[in-house]
Amino acid sequence: MVFGKNNYAPGTHPDLPPPPGTVGVVGWLKNNLFSSLSNSILTLLSLYLLYLLIEGGLSWFVVDAVVSANDKPGCRKIGNGACWAVIVKRFDQFIYGFYPLAERWRIDTSFFLLFIAAAPLLYPDIKFRKYMLIFSCFYPFIAFILIKGGVFNLLTIETNLFGGAMLTVIIGVTSIACSLPLGILLALGRQSRLKLVKLLSVCFIEFMRGVPLITLLFVASTMLNYFLPPGTNFNLLIRVIIMMTFFSAAYIAEVIRGGIQAIPKGQYEAADAIGLTYWQTTRFITLPQALKISIPGIVNTFIGLYKDTTLVVIIGLLDPLGIGRAALADTKWNGLSTETYLFVAVIFFISCFAMSRYSLWLEKKLSTDHN
Amino acid sequence: MNSKNKKNVIKINEMHKWFGSFHVLKNINLEVSLGERIVICGPSGSGKSTLIRCINRLEVHQKGHISVNGIELSGDLKNLEAIRSDVGMVFQSFNLFPHLTVLENCTLAPIWVRKMPKKDAEELAMEYLERVKIPEQAKKFPGQLSGGQQQRVAIARALCMKPKIMLFDEPTSALDPEMIKEVLDTMIELAETGMTMLVVTHEMGFAKKVADRVIFMDEGEIIEQNTPKLFFTKPTNDRTKLFLSQILNH
Repeated sequence: MVFGKNNYAPGTHPDLPPPPGTVGVVGWLKNNLFSSLSNSILTLLSLYLLYLLIEGGLSWFVVDAVVSANDKPGCRKIGNGACWAVIVKRFDQFIYGFYPLAERWRIDTSFFLLFIAAAPLLYPDIKFRKYMLIFSCFYPFIAFILIKGGVFNLLTIETNLFGGAMLTVIIGVTSIACSLPLGILLALGRQSRLKLVKLLSVCFIEFMRGVPLITLLFVASTMLNYFLPPGTNFNLLIRVIIMMTFFSAAYIAEVIRGGIQAIPKGQYEAADAIGLTYWQTTRFITLPQALKISIPGIVNTFIGLYKDTTLVVIIGLLDPLGIGRAALADTKWNGLSTETYLFVAVIFFISCFAMSRYSLWLEKKLSTDHN
Repeated sequence: MNSKNKKNVIKINEMHKWFGSFHVLKNINLEVSLGERIVICGPSGSGKSTLIRCINRLEVHQKGHISVNGIELSGDLKNLEAIRSDVGMVFQSFNLFPHLTVLENCTLAPIWVRKMPKKDAEELAMEYLERVKIPEQAKKFPGQLSGGQQQRVAIARALCMKPKIMLFDEPTSALDPEMIKEVLDTMIELAETGMTMLVVTHEMGFAKKVADRVIFMDEGEIIEQNTPKLFFTKPTNDRTKLFLSQILNH
């Protein structure tokens, strides 16, 4: 037998390793970064630009940055870089708004419990899921009592003191949690054979999608009073959450409708043929498949909703963006908009990036094709 | 036919169906007795699939009567559920639920329609998966199986409801030639257990081997029906002769 020539007898060809330099790190570099002369030049150029960017960025962000000072001139005396002092001084406000200092443990506790409540919903394989789900059901009430107070000797905190990241999380998480079930119902309603249900769903979805969110927030903050009986004091924060929920539910409904329509007709025929009822088919066949297909769209909508919570600034609620603007309006910190807005951006980026990564993980987990 | 004294499980009487204004099924009269194995053949578009889909009301007939197990098929949902849980169906494109494992595909209806405890349903499902010779695939998802295996799972899924009648809608048409045999073998075994079967297929070998009666349909009508022996050797109608010459001499 001679090596290097394909002179094996038929049926005796062994599995050979791939040629050297086509796999592993070297293979990857060769294929992706240095596949041709022009490609190699571009690679080196990019590396150089990256170096300039990092070098310049590092000095502004870290090396020349000032962390503790009492005002902007104080910052400038110490260094030429970013003046993070404005963030440090107002950090509590960015997180808690104007929630009383002595009561902030209640926010911390609620935030911590949120993770325990969300875990069984987000990770289906978690241990003791059944018991944890019971806690998840009670969590909204626990959080409401903790944050708002008024019972069990807890001081009542008015919602106009809420602000900062905490306000974003309250509005964002509540609206997300409520808009998914509402969106599912609307999507099913729009597909319903019952004419009235279908008509109501279509009207709701089209109206909510056809109106800018800002308009809805204005309606929530001002006009709703005209429609409610005189003297009713309906909390502004709750009104905002309801409007946000309705708005994103309409979008979610359309995303899920797309998922439902992507399910082959044969699935319904098979479900019919084995005798499942409409609701059984919806629960076991339609929704699991439709939701799986819709994950990217649903998370997309949620991320959009989460960022749209910044619009509440317009009706006078102080989310991190509002707090940031208040800080900039302070004569001591005038002009530090880069630092302030960067920090606000980071607050939002953390949450949105986490949502995006979670959706990728979930898609992978639910994949049932050839692995 | 030797089944005159047996109970009729399906009775179709002067049944008509239209798709829009297109008359797909014309004056269908058919009686199927318990344990009878019927093969329905005919050119494509002749209405044979539509006919068996009318039996579990995946298609709704507009005129005439269909009764299954003595229950008249009508808009009444209670009747429909009773009939559907007694009539199993196997589709050309398998229609397994891709998000559920093979085992879950089989236990879904027994648990939720028959209200069987989960453990019993799983034992039952494993029993049928063994009968179709794929118990080792129970934990896999349909997308990880070959076409032939998927179709055998679909047969097991239908059998888990312990149906009295099985409908097969071109069960081997979407399969590679080498997988057709494994599905046909499963169906032959099922026929030997005495199951009442209505099979729409182009597999004439299967018809010769297990059918009690072969029905030939064309343009929405039942043209001819006979025992396989007479059907294949002495067809009477010209259209039957033409069809047989086309599919047997290629």
